[in-house]
Amino acid sequence: MALALEVRELRKSYANGFSALKGISFDVCDGDFMALLGPNGAGKSTTIGILSSLVRKTSGTVKIFGIDIDVDFSRAKQLVGIVPQEFNFSQFEKASNVLQLEAGYFGIPRALAAERTEKYLHALGLWDKRNETCRMLSGGMKRRLMIARALVHEPRLLILDEPTAGVDIELRRSLWVYLRELNQNGTTIILTTHYLEEAEQLCRTINIIDEGSIVASDTMKGLLARLDKETFILDLSQPLTQPPSLPDYLLRLMDPLTLEVEVRKTQPINALFSQLSAHGIQVRSMRNKANRLEELFVNMLNRNSTQHTPAPAPVSV
Amino acid sequence: MNAQQQLIALQTIANKEVRRFLRIWPQTLLPGAITVTLYFLIFGNLIGGRIGTMGGHPYMQFIVPGLIMMMVITNSYSNVVSSFFSAKFQRSVEEMLISPMPNRIILAGYVIGGVARGLAVGLVVTLIALFFADLGIENLWVTVTILLLTATLFSLGGFINAVYAHSFDDISIVPTFVLTPLTYLGGVFYSIDMLPKFWQAVSLANPIVYIVNGFRAGILGSSDVSLFTTYSILIFCVLGMSVWAWWLLNSGRGLRQ
Repeated sequence: MALALEVRELRKSYANGFSALKGISFDVCDGDFMALLGPNGAGKSTTIGILSSLVRKTSGTVKIFGIDIDVDFSRAKQLVGIVPQEFNFSQFEKASNVLQLEAGYFGIPRALAAERTEKYLHALGLWDKRNETCRMLSGGMKRRLMIARALVHEPRLLILDEPTAGVDIELRRSLWVYLRELNQNGTTIILTTHYLEEAEQLCRTINIIDEGSIVASDTMKGLLARLDKETFILDLSQPLTQPPSLPDYLLRLMDPLTLEVEVRKTQPINALFSQLSAHGIQVRSMRNKANRLEELFVNMLNRNSTQHTPAPAPVSV
Repeated sequence: MNAQQQLIALQTIANKEVRRFLRIWPQTLLPGAITVTLYFLIFGNLIGGRIGTMGGHPYMQFIVPGLIMMMVITNSYSNVVSSFFSAKFQRSVEEMLISPMPNRIILAGYVIGGVARGLAVGLVVTLIALFFADLGIENLWVTVTILLLTATLFSLGGFINAVYAHSFDDISIVPTFVLTPLTYLGGVFYSIDMLPKFWQAVSLANPIVYIVNGFRAGILGSSDVSLFTTYSILIFCVLGMSVWAWWLLNSGRGLRQ
């Protein structure tokens, strides 16, 4: 399958010696919806910065739809739309001007720019605000404006750096619908987010980055299959004073009416309920303690930090 | 980007810059008009009447070219320095940096904006001057070329200052401590022939002396310095500053990590 993005041995070191990227490699297929996840400071924004040209790589190669950015970055940039984490438009421009200026910077003729401005302001629900100066827009509107701006030159690859940060749940879900639609219409999307539910809902592939290195790269299904245990919260009908003793399960009583239980992937969940019933415990409702991806994400980062933590020195007595 | 796309990008930046200074005209066009009216009233009418002639011209007529040029210099410089630094400060400069347009288009767009403001203020000042002095143009070609080269030179200066600047204080240092003294000592209000030999020689190290006198040659037909030197200095400085500004953009200094 054709590649939208090919990253090889990408490194970024700053003048103070800090290595933000330690030779990461990954591919994004044309038409994919990929999540780039990692904790704060992991290297996600540095990677996006390199793709946008705002950060200069130290070494490695990046190809966007086969175009090496070292050979013809200008042509590669025409294929990419970037939605950065921070607001980066003039607060004194009208919302419609922000899109028309961006179109102009990409060399789009005025009439077509006006047409696209209308199209994407409508699509992101901002048409009524087209004559407002940007500083008058709410945080959610500003986020949507940045998405509309990134789309005005109709890029084949859209990169979103935490596009729904600080956005209310209703708006977030409406953005998900729109992003899915864009992806179904052929736009390749790379998403970084701290809302792991968002990544699980939207993305087909996933790369997890930590301390400048890729620690996991797989399809969403493949990655979730690695989750060897899940933690469930059970709400009980009658209070307990202590957790029941079930040989195959690890149980914790959180409060008299809440039981937490770890279930390994190999264990049938029916057996758990049978055993609880045998102890006279009635379960009123059940839910995952965390989003599945979140649980996996935390496990992977913990594993990574354990690997990087030096073993304690032997203590002489 | 093909040539047509580059032209659209250039027009976009230039239009944006012109719209910006027209939108805030009380901050950009009006102060120059008020300042120069006060100069004409005080130096031209009240004091000038007692001075008589200078360089063979009535004092009011003598100071007009220098005052026009002073406004062109300060306005072309301040337009680019404030606009580009604001774009850096608000991070809207990233919109341009992540686009496919070449750096030279960004530079040219801002310089066109600076030149446009310099010329707009120059035009306003000239119209005001017509109320105070009889003005003709002795040599149109010299007048126009020196005006354009000067506005371009100081627009480039403003751009370079904005790239290096880290705070709003940094963009006022050069206009306050460099441009203003050089302009006031640049022969706007007096002929350098009036100075003792030593100070004449010192004045000749000030590039604004050549600019003001070159422009005066275009308007009045008289100058303290040769036009050849004026053109040589202007062209050399414009080329040098263009290369410097372009190098700064390409190096990404203060703009890219």
